[in-house]
Amino acid sequence: MAENTQESAAAPEETAAPLDPQAAKNAQLLALLHRLFGADTFTDVHEPYGLLTVTTTRERIHEIMAGLQQDQELQMNFLTTMCGIHYPENEGKELGMIYHVHSLVNNLRLRLKIFFPIADPTVPTLTDLYATANWMEREAYDFYGIIFTGHPNLIRILNVEDMDYHPMRKEYALEDGTREDKTDLFFGR
Amino acid sequence: MAVNDTLEGTHKIIQEAKEQQQNSGLVPTLNDFSQELTTLNLGPTHPATHGIFQNILQMDGERIISGVPTIGYIHRAFEKIAERRPFYQITPLTDRMNYCSSPINNMGWHMTVEKLLGVTVPKRAQYMRVIAMELARITDHLICNSILGVDTGAFTGFLYVFQEREKVYEIYEEICGARLTTNMGRVGGMERDFSDVAIQKLRDWLKTFPAVMKEFESMFNRNRIFMDRVVNVGPITAEKALNYGFTGPNLRAAGVDYDVRAMNPYSSYEDFEFEIPVGTKGDTYDRFMVRNEEIWQSLRIINQALENLPEGPFHADAPHYYLPPKQAVYKNMEALIYHFKIIMGEIEAPVGEVYHSVEGGNGELGFYLISDGGRTPYRLHFRRPCFIYYQAYPEMVVGSSLSDAIVTLSSMNVIAGELDA
Repeated sequence: MAENTQESAAAPEETAAPLDPQAAKNAQLLALLHRLFGADTFTDVHEPYGLLTVTTTRERIHEIMAGLQQDQELQMNFLTTMCGIHYPENEGKELGMIYHVHSLVNNLRLRLKIFFPIADPTVPTLTDLYATANWMEREAYDFYGIIFTGHPNLIRILNVEDMDYHPMRKEYALEDGTREDKTDLFFGR
Repeated sequence: MAVNDTLEGTHKIIQEAKEQQQNSGLVPTLNDFSQELTTLNLGPTHPATHGIFQNILQMDGERIISGVPTIGYIHRAFEKIAERRPFYQITPLTDRMNYCSSPINNMGWHMTVEKLLGVTVPKRAQYMRVIAMELARITDHLICNSILGVDTGAFTGFLYVFQEREKVYEIYEEICGARLTTNMGRVGGMERDFSDVAIQKLRDWLKTFPAVMKEFESMFNRNRIFMDRVVNVGPITAEKALNYGFTGPNLRAAGVDYDVRAMNPYSSYEDFEFEIPVGTKGDTYDRFMVRNEEIWQSLRIINQALENLPEGPFHADAPHYYLPPKQAVYKNMEALIYHFKIIMGEIEAPVGEVYHSVEGGNGELGFYLISDGGRTPYRLHFRRPCFIYYQAYPEMVVGSSLSDAIVTLSSMNVIAGELDA
């Protein structure tokens, strides 16, 4: 499903009125990213709805975020949000983290994704770069069970402490799994 | 700061007295008597938190040594529920996030879906949305500022402006039929045009409200007692605020002029003339003043939008996505089909991901929607400004007194619904 999303996400971008200034800005940003971190660091580069989206690896995410934050030209030093995601069909890359960063000076946004196996859901923490990452990472841990190494206080934040599963993972259906009247089957999908 | 100085002085005197006692050898002493701390539970249900969340404070006398916030008391799993709901049924969820400014949440969500679907909303609907959103911003800021007054002991201002909020809710009622959890508008525009009554009520309110607002301001802005309570209380620097992900009035009070309406205009905000007030110190007084000024700016925007309200349709011509009028559903086969398909989530949603943010009452309210082409979002993440900036609270209050912590909390405008989602 993830492959699906990523491959065809570029398609609607073509039709959804590509903004020329935005595309030019994104091209500049991508060139800068390649210059700073090397061209082979980023895979699956596309611009859904004008927002440059790149995928990288968890080994490099901390270095990239630090580099973006410290780069004087770019000044991408505002972590808008981050969230976890679960693609059960993606063997070996079931879990992911998605980061949105924003350069307030240049008004440029960037979306970074990393994917990793559910059996080893460890990601380096960003709390040393961004104070705001603290609760965001706790939220991702709470809902997806992603372990942030180096996080000062990685405990549940919104759910009760004694909950023994991570509820946003896709295996936990919202409704009774035996009910079939609400499946997509009856709606032509 | 006079109060702080006095406290500092008192603190010193007590400390000296303790030391004298201990040195005299006459009084039995506890070794760590001067270090003895009190644990204070501020919340979960405390009149000053204005919502259900807890702060476990370690107090040394009246001073806060450390604070640990606990949140999640009204977590309702909106992100999970949204994965099982068609786009239409997610709007009521957004109502219940920042329930002081529901229309902004509704519009933000609708615009996200429109961005995904590629629907262009006509100018009139955009202006109508701006009016609704700015009304919501005014009510949101009014609540925050007047409650700050209540927490400092000034109840009168709150009662004055609450009446005005009531009038705004009457305008909402004319626009959409609801008051608090508005579920206003539709994907593709507004649900109905502004009625004559709505326009009349809006015009009347625009005439009467500025006087009340002036009265409110003259009651607080240069009030000695109020200023003593809020100036230099709970300050945060611009760097720290950015690092903590602050947005909205709280960030602007620290001196950063980031406003989504100006930086990434949506819904025709680029058509309007308005200013972005900023503070300097990021303290409680600055937050109060920024919100007050934003109310005036919102009024300016509403006036402009109402004067230049374009003629034309109030919704996009997008029958696949926009619910047909109910009367047509009974009489017209196409309308019935579209109605059924939309309600059952059987709309053609493209595969893709979209992030859209609006300037909510508390800052950048973002919607990150991943669609796999199914009936419901594959993943929907809300960037909730409260959740993000509330984590700075312990740092802002450590070292201050309990009463300062209360007004800091008030001025940050933490809304439990948005905090917990």
